[in-house]
Amino acid sequence: MPDTLLEKLWNLHEVTDLGGRDSLVHIDRIFLHERTGSIALRGLEQAGCGIRAPRRVFCTMDHIVDTRPGRGDITLVPGGREFIEATRHSARKAGIHLFDIDDSRQGIVHVVAAENGIVLPGMSAVCPDSHTCTLGALGALAWGIGSTEAEHAMATSSLRVSRPRSMRVNFHGETAPGVSAKDMILHLIAKFGSRAGRGYAVEFAGPAIRALSMDGRFTICNMAVEMGAFTGMIAPDESTFAYVRDLSFAPRGPLAQQAQAHWRELRSDDGAEFDRELEVDCAQIAPSVTWGANPEQLADINGVVPEPEAFEDRQKSLAARQALAYMDLEPGTPLRSIRIDAAFIGSCTNNRIDDLRTAANYLRNRKKAPWVQAMCVPGSSAVKRLAEAEGLDEIFRAAGFEWREAGCSLCFHAGGESFGGRRVISSTNRNFQGRQGPGARTHLGSPLTVAASACRGYISAAEDSR
Amino acid sequence: MNLQTQIFHRGIAATLLQPNIDTDAIIPSREIQRVSKEGLGEALFSGWRYRSAENREPEPDFILNQDPYQGASILLAGDNFGCGSSREHAVWALKDFGVKAILAPSFGGIFFNNCALNGILAIELEENSIQRLAEWVRIDPRGNLLEIDLTAQRIRWREGKEIKFDIEPARRSLLLDGLDGIAATLRHEAAIAAFEDADRDRRPWVYEFPDG
Ligand code: SF4
Repeated sequence: MPDTLLEKLWNLHEVTDLGGRDSLVHIDRIFLHERTGSIALRGLEQAGCGIRAPRRVFCTMDHIVDTRPGRGDITLVPGGREFIEATRHSARKAGIHLFDIDDSRQGIVHVVAAENGIVLPGMSAVCPDSHTCTLGALGALAWGIGSTEAEHAMATSSLRVSRPRSMRVNFHGETAPGVSAKDMILHLIAKFGSRAGRGYAVEFAGPAIRALSMDGRFTICNMAVEMGAFTGMIAPDESTFAYVRDLSFAPRGPLAQQAQAHWRELRSDDGAEFDRELEVDCAQIAPSVTWGANPEQLADINGVVPEPEAFEDRQKSLAARQALAYMDLEPGTPLRSIRIDAAFIGSCTNNRIDDLRTAANYLRNRKKAPWVQAMCVPGSSAVKRLAEAEGLDEIFRAAGFEWREAGCSLCFHAGGESFGGRRVISSTNRNFQGRQGPGARTHLGSPLTVAASACRGYISAAEDSR
Repeated sequence: MNLQTQIFHRGIAATLLQPNIDTDAIIPSREIQRVSKEGLGEALFSGWRYRSAENREPEPDFILNQDPYQGASILLAGDNFGCGSSREHAVWALKDFGVKAILAPSFGGIFFNNCALNGILAIELEENSIQRLAEWVRIDPRGNLLEIDLTAQRIRWREGKEIKFDIEPARRSLLLDGLDGIAATLRHEAAIAAFEDADRDRRPWVYEFPDG
């Protein structure tokens, strides 16, 4: 019987069938960060439970650490220092790997897990963070959990999980120049809705996915959760193998060869049946920007803010009305005429080296509009070093961008720095109300769209200045 | 970790029907200022419930500030309730406020799991059932109480009327038994160890790896 990638990954990790759709699933890697990891570690301590395999647990500081130059434990987030210190204390005591603020491997948890080879194709990985699905781009089974489940995973190296249904999304055709992985995933979410993936593990496939760099694939899988999916994944191929080769936690020598032979099997067999299949024609995709407060509330850069009444679905039209009130936008407004106050390149969606190169390439010899606060926050300390070695930091600075230390930064608002009350073009993944600060109006777009918009001071595509 | 789910619950239901209420709306990240699961009820919906986060002056327009909804133990919610961030604080805040059950057309996946693990009953119901319940409850919120029976999987409302609901068996038994999940899984310890022994041959790199 031909199997889907999901079935193969599931079979690889199923310890026991618990009846119904439920299985006890082996967890190969567990990640924590200072915001939700601290509480899971403390919860275990209080329950008097040990960690079953501490060497397979990794923790980084990313969510609330300061990203301004010269940072230490002090952060603008109220109570933030307690989280940092508690996490450090518990992590050391528990004997897990800790990438502390000054560690050369520090960075956003999902960026760090990939670029160090901690998660590899075929592995199962969890983290108390909803964007853990990012790692599915490696051909891993990776998903976000809550703190209680993180405690469970640490104590037992396993989790009770309901088997998700299988979905495949085929991206066929070619994308036009200037259309990025971010535009592809936003387009998919807008087309099928932010709940289309509910209950599914979504395999992204097709020639346009194969053509993407690993960094682009991470962007795609990162937003699987924004369509409500259990996780997203991409079958590993030569690009994947080249990416993981020689990473610091990856196997070496003969073991690497054995691993690669195993990884080659990790793909959906011809004729495998999916519970649902969707098709996307990449030729239809233009650079896109959200106008609302949910990633599905999206328009093509050439488009206008829609009429809420135009949605047939009552819930959608209600949501659109509320979103427009929050976003302070009138139906019919051309996207390109929307003036922005801030531009943010960052987050686990879009702050890997490819993203920074693309943005910097555009920004060379250009300047942000005078009224825009522009900021670039690399995904990890390693990405930052690499970018600096290539001179990208100089380009960002010369264009008027702040160049920050690695972390989540203004991807979300934890009470510290804020885009509160301002309109932001952002390379992040969530445009929910208040996500980037109370009253912040977030427009999601690709790093290239953010760079172009920063320069014109209005929502723009790169082509606007060619 | 005792969950004390109520097998049978009768209570005041408040309506929050807008779709996509995310976990950051349920508890804004800025409210999470201590490494603790306790005492988060005050921060529940704080962005909507208070006029200003600092002095906690209640926003009279927000439903949970209105009589008798301060005592609501059931939420009738919109589609995709609890989407977004995985933070379990959203569930801890609801629980601390006194919420026992949430009825919505759909939930965010991680939030849905977190509810069961903390003894909150999250029930998926069709949107028009939610609408009917909401209309009836609003007529007399103090008198028109909803009765939720987990064993029989039904909600009683207006005299003689009931709505059946589905719940996966595993989730139901988790709620009914209030089992400590870790203890339950550790009963499979031998199977986990056997799995790892076999897996170590198949995928040695998962278990033995360079230390970075
Ligand atoms: S960058 Fe944003 S989305 Fe990614 S882990 Fe950090 S807060 Fe979450």
